[in-house]
Amino acid sequence: MAITVLYDERAFATQGERIEAGELWLSAGDLHGATGWQMKPEGICRDERCVPIPPARRSEFLAPDGGFNLSAFARHLNEPVVHDDEAGVWFFGKAPGARRDALLAGEAPDFRLPDLDGKLHALSDYRGRKVLLLTWASW
Amino acid sequence: MIAVAFDTGGYAAVEKFVRPAEPIVVPAPMRAIMGWTEEQYDRAAVPTYPCLIDEQHVVAERYDMANVPLAVWIDEAGTIVRSAEPAGATDGFRQMDRATFTLPEAVVAAGRAARAAYVGAVRDWVAHGSASRYVLSPAALADRIGEVSDADARAAASFRLGCYLRENGRADAAARWFAEAAKLAPDRWNYFRQALDLNEKGSASGPLFQAAVKELGERPYYPSVPL
Repeated sequence: MAITVLYDERAFATQGERIEAGELWLSAGDLHGATGWQMKPEGICRDERCVPIPPARRSEFLAPDGGFNLSAFARHLNEPVVHDDEAGVWFFGKAPGARRDALLAGEAPDFRLPDLDGKLHALSDYRGRKVLLLTWASW
Repeated sequence: MIAVAFDTGGYAAVEKFVRPAEPIVVPAPMRAIMGWTEEQYDRAAVPTYPCLIDEQHVVAERYDMANVPLAVWIDEAGTIVRSAEPAGATDGFRQMDRATFTLPEAVVAAGRAARAAYVGAVRDWVAHGSASRYVLSPAALADRIGEVSDADARAAASFRLGCYLRENGRADAAARWFAEAAKLAPDRWNYFRQALDLNEKGSASGPLFQAAVKELGERPYYPSVPL
């Protein structure tokens, strides 16, 4: 059964995964497709960022068949991982410090959401105007 | 920018979205404490500002919102100048007589005063921009925006997984993850109330919610906002 990986707000159906002892191992292709991370000589890289793999812990992340343990990598980055085995869905969240860092970074986190007619609005569309972001719920 | 009734449009928009075929009925205590007149409500029920639907609670997660109604102020440069805070909401509802759905007059008055003060602060910011005394310094913002615990991060992930499962037809599985989120982060009312409401419409304000609020004891439901 293919696994759905939810990473950075995006769902990706894997093709070459295996689950072993509660760990999610992805093929190199699935890793890149699902997360944007790639295995390179200097470590696991995405855009400008590279995370070195400690040599002593190499087998924790990399399998001889080229598989990559995404769940172990998430723990390495202190990112929460939750999975529903019955549904075959794995969700990778943000590290605890990421939200606070984003809020204090100087720029309000952007988002894009539909209005009542389905038209999309991004917060960044309103740059140059003051924005009062007010939330209500349907409870 | 700010309607007389401040947020009636947002409330009405949510109601219309959820129950499009039904007339909008504002509970009398809510109407009283918000200070909405029939005329204000009817006018504001067609908001002139964007009302967005966030089924995945993306904004709550990114802006550290644990309840509603909360507000964040963002200036022209896209910088947060006041982080998430109760937008004039008070704990007055905790004194509601559940038999008659009424509130003591003093509570109604205090609620209206709190809301008027908040609207006044927003107006001051609109008029004076960064010179407004309500704009927080970066240091004050850093003090207000708390650290996220591991449990909070895991709760957020659990909730988002639940949202995905529900959206994909697995309501039972979703309910388990919503419950997990509420257990991991009991102070985040969004998780608890959303889970209640999805289980049974209206229960987000029902006995389980009321019991949870009662359990707070002397602790506030809405943190006070010094203005």
